[in-house]
Amino acid sequence: MFDTLTLAALPAEGEAIRPAIRAIAEQAIANASADVRARSWSGFDRDFSRLLGRSGFLGLTLPKCYGGAELGPFARFVVVEELLSAGAPVAAHWIADRQSAPLILNYGSEAQREYYIPRICRGELVFCIGMSEPGSGSDLASVRTRAERTAAGWRVNGQKIWTTNAAHGDYMIALLRTSGSAGDRHAGLSQLIIDLKAPGVTVRPITDLTGDAHFAEVFFEDVELPADALIGEEGEGWKQVTAELAFERSGPERIYSSVVLLDAWIAHLRDARRDDPATCALVGDFTARLGTLRAMSIACTARLALGESPVVEASLVKDLGTRFEQELPTRIGDDLASHPDEGVDAELYRTLLYVTHIAPSFSLRGGTREILRGIIARGMGLR
Amino acid sequence: MSEFLEPFERMLENVSTPAAVRAIERGGSPDAMWQAFAESGFLDALVPEERGGAGLALADVQPLWMALGRHAVPLPVGETMIARALLDGAPDGPVALAVAAPGQSVVVPFGLVAAYMLIESDCALHMVEASGALTGVVASLAARMTCNDLPSPHSTAPTSGLRPIAAILRAALIAGASGRVTEMTAAYANERVQFGKPIGRQQALQQQMAIMAEEMVAARIASQLGCAGGFPPSLVAAATAKAIASRAAARVAATAHAVHGAIGISEEHDLQLFTRRLHEWRLADGSESYWNGLLGRERLVSDARSVDFVRAHLQPEAATG
Repeated sequence: MFDTLTLAALPAEGEAIRPAIRAIAEQAIANASADVRARSWSGFDRDFSRLLGRSGFLGLTLPKCYGGAELGPFARFVVVEELLSAGAPVAAHWIADRQSAPLILNYGSEAQREYYIPRICRGELVFCIGMSEPGSGSDLASVRTRAERTAAGWRVNGQKIWTTNAAHGDYMIALLRTSGSAGDRHAGLSQLIIDLKAPGVTVRPITDLTGDAHFAEVFFEDVELPADALIGEEGEGWKQVTAELAFERSGPERIYSSVVLLDAWIAHLRDARRDDPATCALVGDFTARLGTLRAMSIACTARLALGESPVVEASLVKDLGTRFEQELPTRIGDDLASHPDEGVDAELYRTLLYVTHIAPSFSLRGGTREILRGIIARGMGLR
Repeated sequence: MSEFLEPFERMLENVSTPAAVRAIERGGSPDAMWQAFAESGFLDALVPEERGGAGLALADVQPLWMALGRHAVPLPVGETMIARALLDGAPDGPVALAVAAPGQSVVVPFGLVAAYMLIESDCALHMVEASGALTGVVASLAARMTCNDLPSPHSTAPTSGLRPIAAILRAALIAGASGRVTEMTAAYANERVQFGKPIGRQQALQQQMAIMAEEMVAARIASQLGCAGGFPPSLVAAATAKAIASRAAARVAATAHAVHGAIGISEEHDLQLFTRRLHEWRLADGSESYWNGLLGRERLVSDARSVDFVRAHLQPEAATG
């Protein structure tokens, strides 16, 4: 069962890129404290993303004619691994590079490819993904926000929520209803590119419990879009979104969200010279799981490299990966607080609490745990 | 790899049937089944070619070991492969593996059906005729053996000892049996009807079985990692393989029984052939906490980032196909 998910080596073309991306990542985090680096996913730095673009580290899997590097998913794996394990800020290019550009490449018109993809590869465009709505989170097929045909193109009315980076974004790729009603489920959904500066678009940031505001609500009031805002085929939005999510779920980002905390904790243990059996067993448990999850993620990347869309395998790795990511702050917190005489420095304490408070999002973003397990169960032949 | 695996699997399907496994577990002679393995040539898979073996890499043998677990093979086939690879001139017959200090009493998996035991004691390897008492656990093929009056050593033990090698075998057996148990459980959930529909349609069960599949795949990949770096394995590779597999063993067995209901713990149902082994192999050659402890100690003396540490120690070589 799931026999295609099998150990794969990172080929030399992927490893070759590591020293250069590491040098850039190290520079970016030189003065950043651990609690800032722990925000890697949501660290928003347009200058850094443009530097990555100039240095050839964006659009790694995309064709050269659109400004990409044609290096394949393994090279991208290495770049993401280096950025996240250093804790570099990735938010300003993250979604565009991972999801929007491959989506536009696969389903977009030639004009859309030529306009958007080179700019994404240069790190100039920030995209966000308009999937969730009030009342439709995990039940994504129930979206109600509607795009109606007009003489000139499309008119959009409705609301999106939990949209990462909408407040600093340039474009949203939105899943919208272009025909039928919410009761029609998968039918009648389409993906459209929305310029977030267009009249009628209002973005309202949502401050989270850590004090950050990388989510937003986005309101559309008679937003007029040109005819070529549509990506792919009208009514094919569900199929396109499903394929897109395999990109989102399979990568190392589903393992490394807490890795800055893990390293900060291990540095603390070394400073405290603590290596009793219980401590070693906890460190070893995390290490064995990290190594195995990394191998599973590379195995998934190998399926992408073969041109497959490993939806079930990616769900499996993501669920196991987020369980690991979420367990880290809980168990590290228990470990540190069960040694009250040891003394924890302020930076480690802030890092621990930041990761602890944001960790619930790890199993929400990109598909909830229960939805992923449903996909796995279907893959087991149970539905 | 499939060129070896397919004939091996076919042989296992023929010789290691549930009825044959039960017969040996009830004290029947294992000689006929052993003969099939001896004649197959697979016992020399890890022996270098210059010594007359097949010279396969550990990564090539890993799927064979998983297949032994998938078929609940009631003989120390993997152990014998290891003993033959380690020793020039190992005796014919099934060999069990043990690590024991002088005077220590240990449980030796497959000790009751082995002709010999390869024992590591005081950093040396001793080959002795198999002996030992029943453990008292019904249907178990393990023997309880006290390590006394060993003959002069056959050779020195590998630098890291016999335990890491035995542990990666155990991890592969667990991965194989976990795969089998997961498939049996999914099939049963689709057949068994309650409340008017197959229980596999119940979301609560689907959620549990998805986790089971995750643990099963993790055990398989960890086992592959354990075998990827060559023979003998590094401490980090062995620890990762056995810690992840042992952790999975208990969880997979628990979910399998929960889904099967009472019938699964009956003797007549085949599930028990696999879940009894999962628990026995979880304990054999170090449980998850044992290996996590060793791995953690190794990790703490390195000032590398965690990702760099696992990259350096668990880097599979390019696949051989």
